[in-house]
Amino acid sequence: MNERLKSDEIEVTVVDPEVQQEPEESRVSTLRLVATLAIAGALAGLLIVMVNLHTKPIIDVYRAEQLRLAVYEVLPGVTNYRTLYRVDDTLVSEVPAGAKASDFRQAYVGYDDDGDLVGVAVSRGESGFADVVLVIFGFEPDTGIVLGKKVLESKETPGLGDKIFKDLDFVQQFFDRPQTPLKAIKAGTGKGLPGEIDAITGATISSKVVVSIINNGVAEWQPLLEQVNLEQTLPEEAQ
Amino acid sequence: MRSTTPSQDLIRGIWKENPVLIQMLGLCPALAVTNTVKNALAMSAATFFVLTCSSILISSVKSLIPKEVRISSYILVIATFVTLADMLLQAYAPVQHKELGAFIALIVVNCMILGRQEAFSSRNTVYRSLLDAIGTGIGFTIALLMLGGFREILGIGTFFDIPLFGPDFEPWVVMVLPAGGFLTLGFIVLAMGYHEERKKARAVREGASA
Repeated sequence: MNERLKSDEIEVTVVDPEVQQEPEESRVSTLRLVATLAIAGALAGLLIVMVNLHTKPIIDVYRAEQLRLAVYEVLPGVTNYRTLYRVDDTLVSEVPAGAKASDFRQAYVGYDDDGDLVGVAVSRGESGFADVVLVIFGFEPDTGIVLGKKVLESKETPGLGDKIFKDLDFVQQFFDRPQTPLKAIKAGTGKGLPGEIDAITGATISSKVVVSIINNGVAEWQPLLEQVNLEQTLPEEAQ
Repeated sequence: MRSTTPSQDLIRGIWKENPVLIQMLGLCPALAVTNTVKNALAMSAATFFVLTCSSILISSVKSLIPKEVRISSYILVIATFVTLADMLLQAYAPVQHKELGAFIALIVVNCMILGRQEAFSSRNTVYRSLLDAIGTGIGFTIALLMLGGFREILGIGTFFDIPLFGPDFEPWVVMVLPAGGFLTLGFIVLAMGYHEERKKARAVREGASA
């Protein structure tokens, strides 16, 4: 192996001066430059595709599992759910033929053991203090009462803004069935109104973003959900 | 390059030419994602993988790459391995992948990796390039673990998620923020510089008294 490598090295030192000394070879050289990069690029692409074929199913399974857990978390008491896809401005249970499920925004309709409707979970992202905060939350479509929330993605400041999912007192407020529209208030100044959320001291912006996501999300999805009968359709087994 | 022995190739990168602490290369990931030991370890592992694979591949095909397109070829090779590392981490360590976020993809522009290809792998045998990559990778890992260790202990009060202090510990939050990375690196480099100075001074004194 060593011998072969040594001969390779020698080749390098011999070839390079030749290229520089003979200008008529520069045309060939250009072709070789392009060919080298093209072949290397093709091989690299091939390698990536092969590994992607292997890892993609694992990643998809993990993502689906995370989403499933999130839906159960933000809709307490739910034992199964079905997915509605938003096609234009109507909600349908089946993805239109030839389209991918991930191309549509989705609502997860959750049912309890008796098949009764518990609530609907939707996700929504808005700009936070740093980058977009993505939140999934559950609410009752008819009353607009929030049932729970979970932060899916956030780059909020560690130690301050990340309290929107690390501060359990803050998180718990969204599981105490607050009535939308929610209002973020300074902690301790509440008047006992049903939509009040105590903001986190030092993370007012992040707290307000979560509240705004839920308010806007409910306002956006409630009219759409009114158009479909959520009760009658038998829930499918969650996958 | 010819004057070094294989063992020197291996050891050089670990401390004497430590990529982060001495050469000051690859500082972006070294500062950005070392707020905990776990993140530091994941970033080191990903970088180690990319560095080693790139060094092996580039040193074995170096004669096929024309000089004019060598940098683009190196970047292509590095980018390929980074993409692989990205996908593998996402599949097998999704939690760490989420923590590291965009910094996995940014390994492509880690100049430490490109630097080793240009300075070493493109001129040496596969075996020696492998040793060099392993040494440099270990050096990078040591530096990141030092940073991650200090920052996690001071900023969160844990080491590898194990709580070290009682519940009364007040986390020094700035240490897990980007500013804490600069502070910690500054102090580590300061300590190393001070140590070197002392060593030199001692050598001079001993030389004078002898």
